Amino acid sequence: MQIGSKIAKEVINPSVSISTKSKKSFFQRMMSQKALLAMSLPFLVWLIVFKYIPLWGWSIAFQDFKPARSLTDQEWIGLEHFKFLFTDDNFWRVLRNTIGMSTINLVLGFVTAIGLALLINEIRHIRFKKSVQTISYLPHFISWVVAASIVSYSLSLENGIVNIVLVNLGIIDEPILWLGKEKWFWVINGLTEVWKNVGWNTIIYLAAITMIDPEQYEAADIDGASRFQRIRHITLPSLKPTIIILLIMNLGYILESGFEAQYLLGNPMNLAYSENLDIYVLKYGMSMGNFSLATAAGIFKTVVSFIFLFTANHIAKRFGQPRLF
Amino acid sequence: MAQRRFFKATRHHSGVGDYLFDIFNYTFLVLLCVVMLYPFLNQLAVSFNEASDSLRGGIYLWPREFTWANYEHVFGEASIVNSFFISVLRTIIGTLTSVLGTAMVAYTISRKDFVLKKFVTVAFVLTMYFNGGLIPNYLLVKELNLLDSFWVYIVPGIIGVFNLIVIRSFIEGIPESLFESAKIDGAGDFTIFIKVVLPLSLPVLATVSLFVAVYQWNSWFDVFLYNSSSANLSTLQYELMKILQNSNASMSGKTAADAFANANASANMVSPTSIRATMTIVASLPIIMVYPFLQKYFVKGLTLGGVKG
Repeated sequence: MQIGSKIAKEVINPSVSISTKSKKSFFQRMMSQKALLAMSLPFLVWLIVFKYIPLWGWSIAFQDFKPARSLTDQEWIGLEHFKFLFTDDNFWRVLRNTIGMSTINLVLGFVTAIGLALLINEIRHIRFKKSVQTISYLPHFISWVVAASIVSYSLSLENGIVNIVLVNLGIIDEPILWLGKEKWFWVINGLTEVWKNVGWNTIIYLAAITMIDPEQYEAADIDGASRFQRIRHITLPSLKPTIIILLIMNLGYILESGFEAQYLLGNPMNLAYSENLDIYVLKYGMSMGNFSLATAAGIFKTVVSFIFLFTANHIAKRFGQPRLF
Repeated sequence: MAQRRFFKATRHHSGVGDYLFDIFNYTFLVLLCVVMLYPFLNQLAVSFNEASDSLRGGIYLWPREFTWANYEHVFGEASIVNSFFISVLRTIIGTLTSVLGTAMVAYTISRKDFVLKKFVTVAFVLTMYFNGGLIPNYLLVKELNLLDSFWVYIVPGIIGVFNLIVIRSFIEGIPESLFESAKIDGAGDFTIFIKVVLPLSLPVLATVSLFVAVYQWNSWFDVFLYNSSSANLSTLQYELMKILQNSNASMSGKTAADAFANANASANMVSPTSIRATMTIVASLPIIMVYPFLQKYFVKGLTLGGVKG
């Protein structure tokens, strides 16, 4: 996902221009490429149906949508749903939770992934290094259902390893029902996210590190630089473009605080802090049948994400940094 | 290569600081591995431990009273066995169709002379930046009569744009001369795709297959959203999710849940805790057994084009 959108830049501006230079007409060339057309057109139709037609569904945010009536026979009510949204206390609460959790995830995710990549890179024992990498990828591959089940078991009151360790270390006096403490939810969610994805997120940094010219390290060695100095003055600066690109892209996803972790770890006791925008949409839309309001909330999310992405991109441009588009 | 030279350069440089750093580093990474691995090993131990005994606590890395009963119970449940088959089926069919379809489109947009190259590419890439959202997608699936059907697992996600770009970048790296000589031999684009592109793209296809298979195997939200009223289309992850939701809901009334668990444990020799641990292992084991062997591929696939810019 992250890396994908970066490649997008290079995809949208391919260096080869297709329209000119050919002596044959467009139609003639098309006729000679029947096989290529047959291979791509069915999927183009699929794309339009599954990715573009749903955009038309945004219109129901401006309607008093009734599922019983046909799609063309709905009453238009303008911005009513948006007005309700912005006066709904629950909306502001889930927005606060969304931004709070995604900010924590963003900062924690970046710091831990870069830190871990730097540490793994300093390992000289190849087999140990490979094993650490393989093991750290493990939680990324399991489903959020399994992850949530494991996390809630680890945090449970009686047999949860977290309570056992903390009590034995004397950090807490008695076991705590962590998932029942609403104020802790953002932290628990952030740490769960780190546990699941930190190993996976190091891949891109480790790949960037292998691109660094080894002569830089050799020169630093001759100058008598220490490990820390090499990390600070060579490795980290070399990672700067990668970090900035990933940061820009993640800012675009500031309203995507994730859905599965919050939904699966949420319970009646932590609801006030675990519910985010996606759960709000799901609740109003699917459980309460208010399709219009839920769609309005979804539109709000997409539009704000777009603004964030463009702003971040613009800032990167002004500072002469690599950018997405 | 670059790595090896780096190691050589660092070897003759070692002070007390470096030594301390190594001690800290190795200790920290070993601890990290413990944190990553322990929860799985613990669930494995619980799943092989007598249910009533597990409730006493104190199971860490090894079962205290070994038993197969939890697995016998899980696989004796018709609904769970059925959900297991649905999970396997959607993983196999979903992966095959998606990888083949994505590779096909990737091939067409890798051909420099293809008339719709730019149009198709832009049409796909644009969809990375927006999304109709939950409700419009749901209404579409409903209108297409895909609710309560197996195909809702396959069709809506058949092409992933990220995978498309990864495969396209790989195909563009195949020497043009191979295509030309195939053309001289009279091969059409479809034949070239089957006989030249697919065999040469195996590494990237393995990567994408892993991504898609993991996605398919791990999905539960589409089951919940589209097929929750069709019990026979449920998947393993969704079954586990329901068990998890039950125990979450009963968290506020913890003592009641415990009483239930205890009563259940003495009567049937199973408990929600043991069932959950067993399901966790069943639902994650297939992936855990596969991904380490594909590590070389997915690392390459992920970084393909990713670091270039």
